[in-house]
Amino acid sequence: MTPYEKLKTARASTRPTGSAYVNRIFKNILELHGDRRFGDDAAIYSGIGYLDDDIPATFIAIDKGTDLQSRMQKNFGCPKPEGYRKALRLMKQAEKFHRPVICFVDTLGAYCGAEAEERGQGQAIAENILEMMGLKTPVITIVIGEGGSGGALALATADKVYMLENAVYSVISPEGCASILWKDSGKVADAAACLKITASDMREFKVIEGIITEDFDHFDKMCNSIRHQLKKDLKEMMKQSSSKLLDNRYKRFRRIGYFTTAE
Amino acid sequence: MANIFTNISNFITSTSQLPDVESLIRKTENVTLVCKGCNNEASKHQLLRNHMICPQCGKYFRIGGKERIRLIADRKSRTDMFDNFESVDFLEFPGYAEKLAKSKKSTSEKDAVTVGTARLGGNEFAYFVMDSRFMMASMGSVLGEKITSIFEYATEHSLPVIGFTASGGARMQEGIVSLMQMAKVSGAVKRHSSEGNLYITVLTDPTTGGCTASFAMQGDIILAEPKALVGFAGRRVVEQTTKSKLPDNFQSAEFLLEHGFIDAIVPREKLRETLINILNIHSAKEAKA
Repeated sequence: MTPYEKLKTARASTRPTGSAYVNRIFKNILELHGDRRFGDDAAIYSGIGYLDDDIPATFIAIDKGTDLQSRMQKNFGCPKPEGYRKALRLMKQAEKFHRPVICFVDTLGAYCGAEAEERGQGQAIAENILEMMGLKTPVITIVIGEGGSGGALALATADKVYMLENAVYSVISPEGCASILWKDSGKVADAAACLKITASDMREFKVIEGIITEDFDHFDKMCNSIRHQLKKDLKEMMKQSSSKLLDNRYKRFRRIGYFTTAE
Repeated sequence: MANIFTNISNFITSTSQLPDVESLIRKTENVTLVCKGCNNEASKHQLLRNHMICPQCGKYFRIGGKERIRLIADRKSRTDMFDNFESVDFLEFPGYAEKLAKSKKSTSEKDAVTVGTARLGGNEFAYFVMDSRFMMASMGSVLGEKITSIFEYATEHSLPVIGFTASGGARMQEGIVSLMQMAKVSGAVKRHSSEGNLYITVLTDPTTGGCTASFAMQGDIILAEPKALVGFAGRRVVEQTTKSKLPDNFQSAEFLLEHGFIDAIVPREKLRETLINILNIHSAKEAKA
């Protein structure tokens, strides 16, 4: 598939949404609502449950919705500041009770409306990234569809990041890129190719740890294997001291960058 | 008591510490600039003596990297650091190499940020200044590496950091790697903060996108210049999303102050004394225990 075909696949309305993964991977789920500041953002489905019989965990999933009504209610998976603040509240809670955080990312990007700006969309994302850099509990993120810019990074400043094989991760939507660079939002396919947004690109840039094979015809089986991978990772990570965990997380991002040091 | 004497001694020595604007003027070509606010002309030397504020209408001219520090810091206190990094067109992105070459030529800088150390009223601090003349100070690998490095240096030497932000956002010509710079810098900000060090951001026109969504909004104290544009999504994008016309002051520094997202708006002529006051208040050793 070309990058543009992957982009369309990642956005397909038939694709499982965040809540579908959570509801299959976790047991004894309790959804927890609200940011305790302003409201509850339905674009983010979050709460607590068991990853397995003996692993309590916090889940935070961006959910795009499955029909027109739920999509509108969930703002098509574009979180507002209160969504990011709800996520941060649950991450802090997870840290307090020593349980890992599993995030599922699927967003075109953080919501760009006037009220999102009024309530500090930039500040909300900035705070999440900063606090995740100091969060003393393991965080694993899976990009299941679209990983759209800062709105994705606010849930992906993690110890490990995985991507589904047809998911995309990008600094800007290919439409936005084409519109800014070529004043032509029709050149989306070109922009998608130039930006390098596919899972294999991400692995090459060492931005992700692994790629998850898609098998939506056997979705339960696919979710079982994701749970198996998460358990395997957490078994290692839960053994680490929090200072070692934070040190590794720091180094994970510290090394990313391409430049020369010519005198 | 000790603090009072520190402040008095800072006051007494302050004239000899004042920024050396005249020496900057001697080294700067006296070109004629046109104000975007009132279309009147002003000479560069006249503007430098007036904090780069239009003498006719009061509009703020944008100030580039090193000039900003020279206009505000104690004379002869500036040391640039980590300035040997240069961007690489590793994605072979259409037009990137040309844009880099053009910006390098027009600014005589290697990229969009200057970092280093200087003093304000005798207080040593680390700084980064973004320069919107260089590809709208978009944030690529070099910018991320330099700001991260200066935070690491400041953490090691227990120095406060003052960051002057201005940016169009992430540098899309570096793809996902540019997005990761937001996390990389944030990691260094977090370490600096966890050690009890002070971080002040001064938001200047325009501070947008990934810059707002990361280190611009992570300061302990967030100041802004009057009327600076500060926001996450671009105005046009917001108008398209909401299909409505936005008020004129939308995403201005005044708008952010009203909504509780910045600590204060500080006019340029008051910025030096304001920063010195903040640094003095945080300089007491007991406060860091």
